[in-house]
Amino acid sequence: MREKVTNILLVGVGGQGTLLASEILSETFMLAGFDVKKSEIHGMSQRGGSVVSHVRFGREVASPTVPEGEGDVLFGFELLEAYRYLPLLHSGAKVVVNDYRIPPPSVLLGQEVYPDDLVARIRQRFPDFLLVDGLHLATEAGNPKAANTVLLGAVSKRLTVAEEHWLAALEKMVPAKALEVNIRAFHRGRAL
Amino acid sequence: MERAILSGNEAIARGAYEAGVLVASAYPGTPSTEILENVINYSEINASWAPNEKVALEVAIGASFGGARALACMKHVGVNVAADPLFTLSYTGVRGGLVLVVADDPEMHSSQNEQDSRNYAKFAKVPMLEPADSHECKEFTRLAFELSEQFDTPVMLRSVTRISHGKSIVTLAERVETLPPPALVKDAPKLVMLPGNARVRHPKVEERIVNLSVWGSSSAINRLEMHSAAVGVICSGVVYQYVKEVLPEASILKLGMVHPLPHELIRNFSSKVKTLLVIEELDPFIEEQVRAMGIKVVGKELFPLCGELSPGRIRAALEQGGLLPKSTIAPVTVEKLPPRPPNMCPGCPHRGVFYLLNRLNAYVTGDIGCYTLGFLPPLNAMDTCVCMGASISTASGIVRALPRAEQQRVVAVIGDSTFLHTGVNSLMEMAWNQAPATVLILDNRITAMTGRQENPASGFTLGGEVAPEVNIAELCRTLGIRHVVTVDPYDLVATRQVLETEMARPEPSVIITNRPCCLMKGECRFEKGQLLAVDPDKCTGCKACLRIGCPAIEWQPSGDGKHGKAYIDPLLCTGCTVCQQLCKINAIN
Repeated sequence: MREKVTNILLVGVGGQGTLLASEILSETFMLAGFDVKKSEIHGMSQRGGSVVSHVRFGREVASPTVPEGEGDVLFGFELLEAYRYLPLLHSGAKVVVNDYRIPPPSVLLGQEVYPDDLVARIRQRFPDFLLVDGLHLATEAGNPKAANTVLLGAVSKRLTVAEEHWLAALEKMVPAKALEVNIRAFHRGRAL
Repeated sequence: MERAILSGNEAIARGAYEAGVLVASAYPGTPSTEILENVINYSEINASWAPNEKVALEVAIGASFGGARALACMKHVGVNVAADPLFTLSYTGVRGGLVLVVADDPEMHSSQNEQDSRNYAKFAKVPMLEPADSHECKEFTRLAFELSEQFDTPVMLRSVTRISHGKSIVTLAERVETLPPPALVKDAPKLVMLPGNARVRHPKVEERIVNLSVWGSSSAINRLEMHSAAVGVICSGVVYQYVKEVLPEASILKLGMVHPLPHELIRNFSSKVKTLLVIEELDPFIEEQVRAMGIKVVGKELFPLCGELSPGRIRAALEQGGLLPKSTIAPVTVEKLPPRPPNMCPGCPHRGVFYLLNRLNAYVTGDIGCYTLGFLPPLNAMDTCVCMGASISTASGIVRALPRAEQQRVVAVIGDSTFLHTGVNSLMEMAWNQAPATVLILDNRITAMTGRQENPASGFTLGGEVAPEVNIAELCRTLGIRHVVTVDPYDLVATRQVLETEMARPEPSVIITNRPCCLMKGECRFEKGQLLAVDPDKCTGCKACLRIGCPAIEWQPSGDGKHGKAYIDPLLCTGCTVCQQLCKINAIN
């Protein structure tokens, strides 16, 4: 029997910072001594389109993408996108989502409505669901731009990797002048 | 040894560095672009963008003929442009090792087709390696240079989106320092491909492919992983990783060299397993050759020809074919949701232009770049898009078939980088043969769609050094276009007037828009304007400003849902003023 690989999906809207967050996750898992693979799409989809990054870690990882229906953790940067990618998860997955809505083009144009009951719909399917007010907590930590790091902290709490590796990865990946506020933001999320 | 998490593209760049490469050239194209962007970080390598892939390969060929190891990189469709030199390079062979990296895009995440580049290796009779993770990207790049010199051949290295943009752990090594220094050496019988010389070279090409197949049967690049004898799978690249997920008990012949195939090894493997599968993305490239060897295989009758594979798609095909039991887990499903396609950025200088083309009922022959998004609603202002540079030549062709009244509606739209890639030849044709269409060159000073790479009109090189910049207006005049007008695309009145004048003109003309990409930093950077806001007391809810599809403008319905007002997100607005110009009641200020 092969050892279990942990499957994480980061989903959001192009330009929201999913790529950097997935880099920090990957770095953390490597520092913790795991094999790591990740996959994402650049180019066309970055222009405000729907984006999904896959990060997998374990003793040995084969596929760089998460096999459909085997996602363990969904890390959502935007509500509609979090909901869109639920089919990639298994029924017992953990879901952490930023309480943030970016209207897609058809909603901007008034042709469609942004669904208003997404939080309830996600919670109904996935009891292990955490909605994070990333912007508010990041502002409290000292900079609204650190919202993704608050979420990262919340996700970190749901994975079995020691805190020291998360902090080491942040130290490596975040510019020195923004490090302090990001570490504060990370702890705010990790406390949730 | 030091370990790092690298993308496939970063690892290919690292492999080129370790292999002692001296010269590298490319034209940007997703998913290959980051290779050269990483190569430039190694000061030992002379790396630069070329105007197109043919030129990039020829630059690498020149460096190889001079005795240096040389790298050329491109996306799959780039090989179509570079095919001319590639096929004859196969005959000349190399002096310094030459590797052509091609990044395919199964599923067309960011491409206009999903052609399978393995066919090019067979067609041009050159070996092709296919790595399955980032570490192999680096190792195979190194090996490709050794093979290139050992067998006197260019070597193709094939990646796909999931390899190029996937990351995994790589063990780094030192750069090879023992290569002979480049020097001019005359060797006309090998390097001058006139018929008499080429006839001598061709048999060597055929012999080389046979020798490489024999080498492949004993080289560690092709690997047997024997487990159960019930099912054996031949696969390569990222598909190997998927197969390991879905069929952990199966025996695997993992091919690191997908052309030529190691015939002896395949025969050996097929004799050891009861059911032989070939699982490969896109074309039945391996499958057909294995069948031609008289070996029974299961392949494309189960696995899809179109799109990329994934563990789930492979599992579904195996369940369908009765090779795996049907899954009993009910998948999570969600209702239909508002889609989120990509969009032009807030403040993009192209947006107003496409709005006007739509209003003027233009028939737009489009091209490859960010502006291809002008096709999407609500702009709906692109009618054709084929390949790099085709906007101008298809416009030139279509007007020949049309009555005058319809000719006037034809506008070719092309970006600066695409114009310099292959649009110049097309415009030369249009001017020469006086095809009465209008060409709109959206000059935003950069190759935007792939992530803002420099081009010959940017004034900078890949390394950020100041360079001569092509004067696009003068170039058009030199090609024979008598009417060349430059206009500010943020000024809708002026742009509309120019479009109307030039579209009505019964001869070829060029309009150039002159605002940089709104994501540009540095010298010719985009200047933000005064942020705009909707005055809710004035807004009548006419929705005129929504017609440009700006991501910063949102329709906010009233409580009863029957009325509403526009709202501008101050975090997204760049102050470009296009929406302001559309508001007839001056509610945007």
